[in-house]
Amino acid sequence: MPKTSLWLSPSCPSHPKTEAMDAALLPNRFQSWFAHRGWSPRPHQLQLIDHLSAGHSTLLIAPTGAGKTLAGFLPSLLELEARGKRKAGAAGSQGVHTLYISPLKALAVDIARNLEAPVSEMDLPIRLETRTGDTPSHKRQRQKTNPPDILLTTPEQIALLLSDPASERLFASLKTVVLDELHALVTSKRGDLMALGLARLRKHAPGLRTIGLSATVAEPLDLRAYLVDQPDPGTRALAHVVEVSGGAKPDVSILNSEERLPWSGHSSRYAMGDIYELIKGHNVSLLFVNTRSQAEAVFQELWRINADTLPIALHHGSLDVGQRRKVEAAMAAGMLRAVVATSSLDMGIDWGDIDLVVNIGAPKGASRLAQRIGRANHRMDEPSKAILIPANRFEVLECQAALAASRRGDQDTPPLRKGALDVLAQHVLGMACADPIDPVALFDEIRSAETYRALTWETFEKVLSFVATGGYALKSYEQYAKLKKGKDGLWRIAHPKIAQQYRLNVGTIVEAPMLKVRLVRSKADGRRAPIGRGGRMLGEIEEYFVEQMTPGDTFIFGGEVLRLEGIRENEAFVSRAKTDNPMIPSYMGGKFPLSTYLAESVRSMLATPGSWHALPPQVREWLEIQQEKSVLPSKDGLLVETFPRGHKNYMVCYPFEGRLAHQTLGMLLTKRLERLGARPMGFVANDYALSIWGLGDLSLLFSSGKIPLDTLFEQDILGDDLDAWLAESSLMKRTFRNCAVIAGLIERRHPGQEKTGRQVTVSTDLIYDVLRSHEPDHILLQATWNDAAEGLLDISRLGELLSRIQGRITHTGLPRVSPLAVPILLEIGKEPVYGEAMDALLEDAAEELVLEAME
Amino acid sequence: MSALTSHLRKYASAPVCHDIQINGQLVGLHDSGVLWWPEESTLVVADLHLEKGSSYARRGVMLPPYDTGATLEKLAGVMDAFDPARVICLGDSFHDAGGSDRLPAHYRAMLTTLQLGREWIWVTGNHDPVAPVRLCGETVDQVELGPLKFRHEPVEKIGSEAAEGEICGHLHPAARVRRFGRSIRRPCFTTDGTRMVLPAFGALTGGLNVTDEAFGMIFRRRQFSVFMLGNDRLFPFTASRLVAD
Repeated sequence: MPKTSLWLSPSCPSHPKTEAMDAALLPNRFQSWFAHRGWSPRPHQLQLIDHLSAGHSTLLIAPTGAGKTLAGFLPSLLELEARGKRKAGAAGSQGVHTLYISPLKALAVDIARNLEAPVSEMDLPIRLETRTGDTPSHKRQRQKTNPPDILLTTPEQIALLLSDPASERLFASLKTVVLDELHALVTSKRGDLMALGLARLRKHAPGLRTIGLSATVAEPLDLRAYLVDQPDPGTRALAHVVEVSGGAKPDVSILNSEERLPWSGHSSRYAMGDIYELIKGHNVSLLFVNTRSQAEAVFQELWRINADTLPIALHHGSLDVGQRRKVEAAMAAGMLRAVVATSSLDMGIDWGDIDLVVNIGAPKGASRLAQRIGRANHRMDEPSKAILIPANRFEVLECQAALAASRRGDQDTPPLRKGALDVLAQHVLGMACADPIDPVALFDEIRSAETYRALTWETFEKVLSFVATGGYALKSYEQYAKLKKGKDGLWRIAHPKIAQQYRLNVGTIVEAPMLKVRLVRSKADGRRAPIGRGGRMLGEIEEYFVEQMTPGDTFIFGGEVLRLEGIRENEAFVSRAKTDNPMIPSYMGGKFPLSTYLAESVRSMLATPGSWHALPPQVREWLEIQQEKSVLPSKDGLLVETFPRGHKNYMVCYPFEGRLAHQTLGMLLTKRLERLGARPMGFVANDYALSIWGLGDLSLLFSSGKIPLDTLFEQDILGDDLDAWLAESSLMKRTFRNCAVIAGLIERRHPGQEKTGRQVTVSTDLIYDVLRSHEPDHILLQATWNDAAEGLLDISRLGELLSRIQGRITHTGLPRVSPLAVPILLEIGKEPVYGEAMDALLEDAAEELVLEAME
Repeated sequence: MSALTSHLRKYASAPVCHDIQINGQLVGLHDSGVLWWPEESTLVVADLHLEKGSSYARRGVMLPPYDTGATLEKLAGVMDAFDPARVICLGDSFHDAGGSDRLPAHYRAMLTTLQLGREWIWVTGNHDPVAPVRLCGETVDQVELGPLKFRHEPVEKIGSEAAEGEICGHLHPAARVRRFGRSIRRPCFTTDGTRMVLPAFGALTGGLNVTDEAFGMIFRRRQFSVFMLGNDRLFPFTASRLVAD
């Protein structure tokens, strides 16, 4: 099926008013090429040419379909056309002219293919090439000695090139860097790595201009600062900006289902009939879900009711690559009616004419939703159509808030990250591989990157010493140092092997340890024989997911219910299960917590009954009964309900700050309640609420003032209790592992090495324990803490919550469970419950054994 | 019972151990991971892996240099509590053959202090096949005391005479129990009543699940028990209750 080019779409009628250069000033080749295609350059494309020729770095903010990518390349195409054919041996002809950097290697390859067309059609004297992890080594080698004019690549490849002693020559004549999907890149550690790379590129090529291509974001100033050199720590330098106001407003609505809306859960099973009808009513639908497990469940449900055998496919990051490519190809060829996908398709490549986006479950963020909606209808002037499917009653509120945000065009992309220290350590080693390091010069260079502007010399020194010898207060590894300081004050790598080691470990993506899923015949068939060699590979699955299972357990993967047969080395052997009901609950919680912006909107919606008219009757009724039986949570305060149920007492509070922050809070509150004698037994958290239960009469303890709520939620809870808990937290250990790999403390596992990997290698958990008890200020623990505060534990958000609610806590003692509390109580037993220390669990298991023996 | 009471009277001050019999001998398992043989006032500890950090550092992997210190401090605590007349280190006491030579002076002094006034036996292991340098103690490949045999690697033959009363290390046993959808993995003692594998004592030593086939060479399938290390106590389980990794 023919489709419009990825990076260029037929233009809108040419604008009479152009503030920028006139299209007529374009060289003939370009004019006739545009004319031949029946297109004309758009104003923002011309504006960008203007800024660039004046030497200004520029951020281009435009919705999908605005011809963003062509805009990014046009200035370079013009300059290279003007330069003419490269003369062998001429000065400055040895290096790359333009770098295009994309977060996805597939996107880089795709863009290169699409750029070939105009280059060859206009017969431009330009050589363009891609460089990714898949590029053969002889080609990579050749690219260093005889580089192309335009190189399309990824942040990791830039880091690798910059660690090469030849990098200075390679990039000395670099003129432009185009950063695609900048809004996505800057939210991760890859963005930090890129920021450091940019600082180095600017040093090699002082006049360097950058172009950032971005979707609409909440804080464009952040991205503008990211793109340029920050010479002065006091003031923020900014790139120029060109903003294309978004074409047609998307047509977004919430599914209006006849079915009963569930109280809790994330399966959206109630809406499958409706979703199926939607698929039937459109040409191609894209169904977004939040987690792999949800994708699996939705896919299975749809096929169960697929009476017309519509071609519906599944796409998520854990599927076998071959399988994913097949789905993508089928989609591009127009052979599919629907694809169920996770965020693996959030970005980049799009295929053809999707006319409906269905977002199943809560959108979690306004910008996230906007970007997903943008996947439909890649033409600016036609509205994209999207339908939101809330999976439960709280999600209705969240969808409503996201819908309002979408209509107003509000964004809630996160603020710019603070540069991570583990990434910095990796970069420092890379720079030492390229050239001897002058610490002062390198420090200044690093601080010229916006995200590392606040770096102090003390921290930098610690990082440098970490890279050299591990940075321990106990200086026992001087003799094994990786970097050695010479008489000239410069630091050099001690051995060429160090550079080799660096190259194998470059990058900031640390995959969770994965197991291959291989299909075998079932042992349940009564065969006693050992598991055979195994058959087809189905994909990969997180090791920790399999770790919680025992052979015989069933789970959903790749759209089938599978039975775990056993684990051997790095493979999980599975067989097809003869059941439709998997034993292991598939929902493992969303990866993305509810954005602060949406949380606030939901709270204010709850507190304003006048705004409820937009809600479905079932939801309205639910809230009205809550109003009657208990009270409604206020916009800025915190509602705490207590009630007895069974033989336990429950406390439910509604902070709406996302599951991660709630989990951390639950852990801390439980510890504190225990100390105060309230005998808590466990807790469960979701995105909206937190429930703790125990044996003590919580209602009485709170209302009598024995445990004042203001004291319970005092901000000092983030002090000692948190510290004590972190020592044990497996989340913290996982975070530490990632930091240790990125920073180069331990080596990455490479394909083929996993065989021994699972068994003994050095356990990062043990390293964490030892380091924590002997050198709690170590730079790597700092890096881990920073990560945890922002990510897994959401401590920064928790801190904001605690300060917001001070003096605004309302307690209501109830005779029984309130309507608002039902959803969270229903999650007990489905979501993992966090409670006592591990030993209690062991004790329990051991005691059960005793009972067994005594009966 | 009388053996137990007399033991209690005799060693009233000794720390609480989980008492079991190995090849007819009463021994105590301690939650620190050491084995205590009261009859002989002998303390047995396996797989210290001292200087593991520096062993990696030599190859450019800068693990924290605190493992030796952490291990020795823990060992010192145990020595204080038991005050044994004899200590047997069951091999892999140093992470590599050069480990004892690299031992920093203050740790050497600390270790030497621990050795004062007692008999100290270094059993060789695959990581440290040679006698440690500049340290006291006798180095042996294995040692037999009464009905018990102390060696690093277990004899890979179930029910053989050589395996009777064998106390060994090498395998770093760990066990996993599952409960309420969560699982817990801990180092453990592993025994079938005639022989015993000790957990690794060193600070940076990982563990191998006892369901691994390596254990199939020394215990009959599911016919053994483990004692998982907890805080201040041990948790006993029969093999049938354990799960693989």
